[in-house]
Amino acid sequence: MRGIGVEVAGHAEIESAPLFGPLDVILAPGEWTCLLGPSGVGKSTVLRLIAGLPTGADFAGTVAASDGAPLAGRVAFMAQSDLLFPWLDVTGNVVLGARLRGAKPDLARAAALIDRVGLGAHAHKHPRRLSGGERQRVALARTLMEDRPVILLDEPFSALDAKTRAEMQELAAELLAGRTVLLVTHDPGEAARLGHAILVMTREGVSPAETPPAPPIRPVDDPATLAAQGRLYAMLREIA
Amino acid sequence: MLAALIGLALWQAVVSLAGTPPFILPGPARVAVALWVNRALIASHALTTITEVLLGLALGTLLGAATAVGLAASPLARSLARPALVFSQAVPVFALAPLLTLWLGYGLTAKVVMAVLIIFFPVTSAFLDGLMATPAGYLDLARCMGATPAGIMRRVRIPAALPSLASGLRLAAVYAPIGAVIGEWVGSSRGLGYLMLLANGRAKTDLMFAALLVLAVFTVALHAAVDRAARRLGEEARGG
Repeated sequence: MRGIGVEVAGHAEIESAPLFGPLDVILAPGEWTCLLGPSGVGKSTVLRLIAGLPTGADFAGTVAASDGAPLAGRVAFMAQSDLLFPWLDVTGNVVLGARLRGAKPDLARAAALIDRVGLGAHAHKHPRRLSGGERQRVALARTLMEDRPVILLDEPFSALDAKTRAEMQELAAELLAGRTVLLVTHDPGEAARLGHAILVMTREGVSPAETPPAPPIRPVDDPATLAAQGRLYAMLREIA
Repeated sequence: MLAALIGLALWQAVVSLAGTPPFILPGPARVAVALWVNRALIASHALTTITEVLLGLALGTLLGAATAVGLAASPLARSLARPALVFSQAVPVFALAPLLTLWLGYGLTAKVVMAVLIIFFPVTSAFLDGLMATPAGYLDLARCMGATPAGIMRRVRIPAALPSLASGLRLAAVYAPIGAVIGEWVGSSRGLGYLMLLANGRAKTDLMFAALLVLAVFTVALHAAVDRAARRLGEEARGG
């Protein structure tokens, strides 16, 4: 199941006004690709195209997996809002996918994943009894439960405080290792920490940015990572 | 409680000071006596009305909720039925009461149907509004997980809309007794509505007030009970 590359190539319009492109976003198999860029440039549209979700834009081009098979059913996604169902407890939220497909959920695996994200003691709590960081951990466990080779992350850590965000980045990097990940983010520091590849997106297209030499996940205070963060800031300011 | 006592005192004061004859406006003491003397009579008629209201409430809620789910599931049904639903509200339900008596006779059925008719619209429209307002992120997540339309309806849209159904039920609890009593006024030989008409016709105004009081107390109690159930439904949906 590991090692699927994804390529999005084409351009998009909203009501005949160009949104982006032509661009070519390539996700290398088993790696984290960070997509950075100003708001409204269509980063989430790229993510939704891969997820097969409605975008509200007219996209002309192709979305393809490197093995030629369709992407449907091989993608899981996590958004900025945790999207936990308030009427289900932690376990109920984690096994949601199976229930929605009318399948029998693997409760043992769910319990193991809930333990894995450090919420073993909270398995029967409802989301509103949890902190923002804990809720995103549940969302991460739910994403892992789906066991998909391609993971789409749409700013999942941006609403968290700095400490919690750093911890979540580390947990996600560890647990999603080996999967093909697209992380859409506003935060140059996050991209510099997590990306095997970093793409900066503008209306004209995407251009690759230099990544630090160390493999992700990089320490927050690694000088090369901080330097990469600085370069990304400069690139973003040039665009604006 | 205090407000009720002040109300009773005012009522007694008006009766004593103005010296209105009891067949125009009986005082509270007189009504209390009428209530006690006629308790068996009132209780047996109250039982009829309560049965009508509870049956009407149960059936109307089931029908309304099922209609809302059906409409939410099908855009075609929605476009056909929405104007019809609104038009049905342009016909005063009161005007239908004589017809219902003509078609269904003097018995229980006509009153239950009347109660169902009067609560159908508030239940359907409140629940349908909720079913059409599912947070977009929940639907994205469910689609990405490969949910079936039935799975989305059962596990996402319906639970997310339960607070809206609860608001519809609160209205229904107040409307259902109105429907049943209108039905009784138009044609019956049982029920508090019938008893009130009968007492009024014989200038037994104290008995009429006693019946009215019992009806009011029942409606308030029903509303309180439904409100409690509705609140529990809302809390369930928000996760306790």
